[in-house]
Amino acid sequence: MGRRLKRREDPALVQGLGTFIDDVRLPMMLHMAFKRSDLAHGRIVRIDTGAAESMPGVRLVVTGADLQDLLPTVPVMTPFPYPEHHAVAPDMVRYVGEPVAVVVAENRSQARDALDAIEVEIEELPAVVDSEAALEERPTLVHADFANNVALRIFSGTGVAEAAGTQDQSTVDDRELEAAFAEAEVVISQRMVNPRIAPSAIETRGVVAQYESAREYLTIWSTTQRPHAHRRFLAAALGLGEHQARTIAPEMGGGFGAKKIYGEDFVAAALSKQLGAPVKWIEDRSEAFLTTTHARDVVGYIDLAAKRDGTVTALKARLIADIGAYEMLLTAFIPTLTHGLLSGGYAIPVIRSELIEVFTNKMPTDAYRGAGMPEAIFFVERSMELLARELEMDPAEVRRKNFIQPEEFPYQTAAGNVYDSGEYERLLDKTLEMANYEELRAQQASARAKGRLVGLGLSFYIELCAIGPSTMFPDGGWEYGSVTVERDGRITATTGSSAHGQGHETSFAQVLADQFGVEPGAISLLHGDTAVAKQGVGTVASRSLVVGGTALLSAGDKVKAKMAQFAAQMLEARAEVITFEGGTVGLVGGLAGAGRLSFAEVASYAYSPQQLPAGVEPGLSEEAFWEPTGMTFPYGCYIAQVEVDRETGEVDLQRFVGVDDCGTIVNPLIVEGQIHGGIAQGIGPALTEELKYDEQGQLLTGSFMDYAIPRASDLPTFELGATVTPSPLNPLGAKGTGEAGTIGATPAVVNAVVDALSELGVSHIDPTLGAEKLWSLIKHAERG
Amino acid sequence: MSETVVVQVTVNGEARSVEVEARTLLVHFLREELGLTGTHVGCDTSQCGACTVLIDGQSAKSCTVFAVQAAGAAVTTIEGMARGGSLHAIQEGFWEEHGLQCGYCTPGMIMSAADLLQRNPSPSEAEIRSGLDGNLCRCTGYQHIVNAIAFAAKQMAAEGEGGNGS
Repeated sequence: MGRRLKRREDPALVQGLGTFIDDVRLPMMLHMAFKRSDLAHGRIVRIDTGAAESMPGVRLVVTGADLQDLLPTVPVMTPFPYPEHHAVAPDMVRYVGEPVAVVVAENRSQARDALDAIEVEIEELPAVVDSEAALEERPTLVHADFANNVALRIFSGTGVAEAAGTQDQSTVDDRELEAAFAEAEVVISQRMVNPRIAPSAIETRGVVAQYESAREYLTIWSTTQRPHAHRRFLAAALGLGEHQARTIAPEMGGGFGAKKIYGEDFVAAALSKQLGAPVKWIEDRSEAFLTTTHARDVVGYIDLAAKRDGTVTALKARLIADIGAYEMLLTAFIPTLTHGLLSGGYAIPVIRSELIEVFTNKMPTDAYRGAGMPEAIFFVERSMELLARELEMDPAEVRRKNFIQPEEFPYQTAAGNVYDSGEYERLLDKTLEMANYEELRAQQASARAKGRLVGLGLSFYIELCAIGPSTMFPDGGWEYGSVTVERDGRITATTGSSAHGQGHETSFAQVLADQFGVEPGAISLLHGDTAVAKQGVGTVASRSLVVGGTALLSAGDKVKAKMAQFAAQMLEARAEVITFEGGTVGLVGGLAGAGRLSFAEVASYAYSPQQLPAGVEPGLSEEAFWEPTGMTFPYGCYIAQVEVDRETGEVDLQRFVGVDDCGTIVNPLIVEGQIHGGIAQGIGPALTEELKYDEQGQLLTGSFMDYAIPRASDLPTFELGATVTPSPLNPLGAKGTGEAGTIGATPAVVNAVVDALSELGVSHIDPTLGAEKLWSLIKHAERG
Repeated sequence: MSETVVVQVTVNGEARSVEVEARTLLVHFLREELGLTGTHVGCDTSQCGACTVLIDGQSAKSCTVFAVQAAGAAVTTIEGMARGGSLHAIQEGFWEEHGLQCGYCTPGMIMSAADLLQRNPSPSEAEIRSGLDGNLCRCTGYQHIVNAIAFAAKQMAAEGEGGNGS
């Protein structure tokens, strides 16, 4: 571990030899396309499929009404009430892009052509597009069977008895909160917006479903980060047992939380069964913007109470999350994660939030890199910046003043989480030193003296990783792994954590290589197929290495114990003295042929034992489930330097310096890659990425021409460092790192831009900070 | 709609001739008719560059070119970059410098890099970044891609003749 090992995934991928979903082709395969609603809200009056049915190559055209009785509703994991959500709308449409009819044809072009021949008449209703207006009295209702547009209202934190929060406001005790604000020497209050954004994996979604009626068996290839959950829901949808279904997640072109389980997969499976042929669907990019889950879209009203010395004494948040028209798998769950990180890295004694999740006529939100955490850290880090400005303190010093101290871990935050370990001040100091912070401030002062709008922004982030145990995560907080030492001594491992770019095949092999004392090249890791990895939760929530890696270690321990027993038998020694090193098993100080055995020799014996050790079964294959006792909390600090062009409002992101601590690092190359990508995805929503709907609920940013994810020339070279504070909660000491950059980068960049414009009297600007918005602010300020 | 044409084109050095609908895009011709699935589709507005190939040595987005427009031309796809079992220097660079994560944008990135390095064999960091403006990557934040192309440029310079792919 710790080696910058090149990835074994790459030789195939750099030659274009990976098999992605659109590369899956089966004999007799048919192609599916969806007719989607052009209106955000309305009642379906009539759908005429006649002309489409007679188009060349068309095999079937069905509407939502036809499918209603054939399919269950789209799955949701939530303990709270949620509206019915059909894969294809049977009567009402509630967002632009909602499917209303399906065509299956012999090739993709024929299916697309036939869509144009379907006539759809929808009686339009007013669209709900503003989450705060949706809360006003007598609003238009998104769901007539809900009393209002509130999907969930929940109170959490100080004064709330239930750890998971309560919906009953009458049980909430406000005394501590009110006292903290009454005694505050300074109070910061700010409304802040986290814009709605699109995860935008470069590969869109897709599915190939093959139902074999003679075997009563469904095989389904899908772009899913969670093959086992996918199999469970797809099997149930077809009235099958889980033993009659297999989900294969092929090579996947990114996921970022948005690729889990969608209605299109259910339709593909059902129609494959109906037509007796494999059915394929590949989402196009226009569809992806409309119908792959969106993210964020949270308005926060944040109040911070503090002393004049900078000590924060309380934080209160009212959070309004626009969750869109329906709930997908984790739609309701994601915004609830925001509360738990409202303490950031600080010892804030009183924290209370009220979360209101609101239905609107937009695409549902769900997990996307960070999943509730970027929202929390944005609110906290903007507030710290506002406090520093109010107190005329340096932003770095305000943060230092409030850090949780190393000796306080494990630390129970007022927001409800227990942080595992950390040395926050050490990391802050390292970041300031790397950035040469004082020098940067001096440069800023001299640039300002020349009339230039230069800003420095700082953020200190906390990430919540390795979500678990099962009481914390709706679908199980464990992960599964298996380890087999083959007859030739090589190792095959499987994990339920299905990778799609994270490099598991390399890093997990490194973990096992250290455990067994062999080279990583002697190990193969298989994943992404429910017939290969028997169980799994999946690659989500930055949990793969911590939870999946530890599950593999547990399985590895069991295999090693058996190997030691076989080796002891062969060497006529006690199993307790057997060691593993340099690819051999045996006695300390032994030599090949005298006291030490190759893996192949031990394995060969284990699979064909001449004499079984007492109580030991033949073979060397074991599996394990590992469930963490608590979550891990990596952290880091970012400093962004920007210059805003006074004439155009354009932001030039000049430097980005940061230090991350993700605990033990298995492969620095892979960790850097994760951090880089995360930072880019955090910079996007700060400067260029925003999904915009108009008043009729039409998406205005439905292509990469209007929705600007960062390009190479938009970004500087990230200057990064690391500290390592191992987690005490798993044997690796790992914490996770998948979402870190995304969480920390947005507030650093926004803080920098606000800092640049602070001379003009600007104290807060909501992202996205496009040139037009900033230009207007600058011109307004200059006019006085 | 279903008017067909015979497209004759040289792909990765091999002469191919296929009858397709006239509206067939080059990317679909490569992927579906020739089975060269290394060329990917990531958007429908020519923004992402996942479908980038070389047509007569120049990079082009194959989702924006009809197959008939490439008739008579020499097309190089990602599958044509490695020669005789050894990776092209740019492919080596992406592997060496961790220039990919999910690998979906990678073929297009590599083809764009090939075009860039032909025009500018020793680009600066800023030139590499601007040379990639036609290609989107969502995983890497581009830093390792920039390193990968710089690595390839050095390697190709050392090889003395622009690498084995030209």
